[in-house]
Amino acid sequence: MSLNYVFEILPSLFQGAWLTLQIFFWTLVVSIPLGIVVSLGLTSKIRPLQWILEVYVWLMRGTPLLLQLIFVFYGLPIIGIVFQRYDAALVAFILNYAAYFAEIFRGGFQSVSVGQFEAARVLRLSYWQTIRKIIIPQVVKIVIPSIGNEVINLVKDSSLVYVIGLGDLLRAGNVATSRDVTLVPLLLVALIYLILVGICTLVLRRVEKRYSYFK
Amino acid sequence: MLEVKNLKKSFGDRVILDGVNLTVNDDEILCIVGPSGAGKTTLLRCITGLETPDSGTFLMNGQPFDPQGTKDSDRVIGVVFQDFNLFPNLSVMDNITLAPMMVLKETKKDAEKQAAQLLSELGLSTKGDLYPWQLSGGQKQRVAIARALAMKPKILCYDEPTSALDPNLRQEVAKIILNLKKSGMTQLVVTHDLDFAQEIADNLLKVKPID
Ligand SMILES: Nc1ncnc2c1ncn2[C@@H]1O[C@H](COP(=O)(O)OP(=O)(O)O)[C@@H](O)[C@H]1O
Ligand SMILES: [Mg+2]
Repeated sequence: MSLNYVFEILPSLFQGAWLTLQIFFWTLVVSIPLGIVVSLGLTSKIRPLQWILEVYVWLMRGTPLLLQLIFVFYGLPIIGIVFQRYDAALVAFILNYAAYFAEIFRGGFQSVSVGQFEAARVLRLSYWQTIRKIIIPQVVKIVIPSIGNEVINLVKDSSLVYVIGLGDLLRAGNVATSRDVTLVPLLLVALIYLILVGICTLVLRRVEKRYSYFK
Repeated sequence: MLEVKNLKKSFGDRVILDGVNLTVNDDEILCIVGPSGAGKTTLLRCITGLETPDSGTFLMNGQPFDPQGTKDSDRVIGVVFQDFNLFPNLSVMDNITLAPMMVLKETKKDAEKQAAQLLSELGLSTKGDLYPWQLSGGQKQRVAIARALAMKPKILCYDEPTSALDPNLRQEVAKIILNLKKSGMTQLVVTHDLDFAQEIADNLLKVKPID
């Protein structure tokens, strides 16, 4: 493979990677907090709320993300809800990933012992003080490995935006491959995904380590 | 002086507490002794507001209070749990200062000064920066005591203070409780261990399961 060719196509691949990263970033930034809030709802005592959220999680986890993406971009306009491609991708990814995160956080919340809530209560800490200062740090420690898996899945899942015509990393590689009839772009795409996942893995290890001060 | 009058609690149709009356005098230790299943923990959970009694009155120095309430006058009971329930994510110091800072709105400086004082009284002066997993059972219990005392309760309650510890630490616990009494703490101790209770109690209340 000629190095020249690599340098020729890299800018377009980077451009695609930039979109991939944007989707990755915004999905995480919104869906993790949203997932926490949903998980609090799932574990709350308000029955109707719990029921609605359970249906939501069931729908999101029970149908393919690809279908949800197509539904938001091609389906919703039929009933008058129109999103730009990029927004459609974000909406679908955030809703989908928030559901997965909610399930993970629900498990996390349930594995914190009742005694922690009771100790906080007799000290007269409020619900939110308890959640913030005592429960969340313990939950985060518990859920980091599962969140890590989802984060890495998200890097790769982001390539699904291809189907609604967004120019992400995968599309950039595919375009170059069919235009120039060479495997090089696809190999470079694979390499870039590997690097992205590698960086995520490193960051996750750091986070895991940061929480290793308690048991 | 804590008075509990006619406290009743059932789980479903199982009566656990059938009109319990008790009094803990100032600067004294009341021990509630009875076999497992007698309802000791349930009684303590009602007094500390973790369980809602079916009926009963709680008086502190003659004034009624609500164990589940959030007013200053309701915040009179401190608790040392059977398995301590320290916050694993917080250092010993932060375990003790969290509630004084967040609930009593003490400054960090004041809260830490007071915590350091409590730690030194309990022989833990060097442990402030450690985390609960780095402590022995006896040390955890003393941190739990310090954490409860930092909220300046009028009475300190223990659920089975000897049960999570090595038998040879019983004397240690007795000593701590008696020392606190000397410094003017009113205490309520629930235990199944009659010998231990007789060693520390000013008054004994024996309870047994209701069938
Ligand atoms: N939340 C609960 N729901 C139903 N039964 C309970 C509950 N808590 C305690 N009990 C029952 O009440 C009885 C007294 O329990 P407990 O107060 O823990 O006794 P002790 O501390 O003296 O061993 C036990 O038979 C126990 O099974
Ligand atoms: Mg008990």
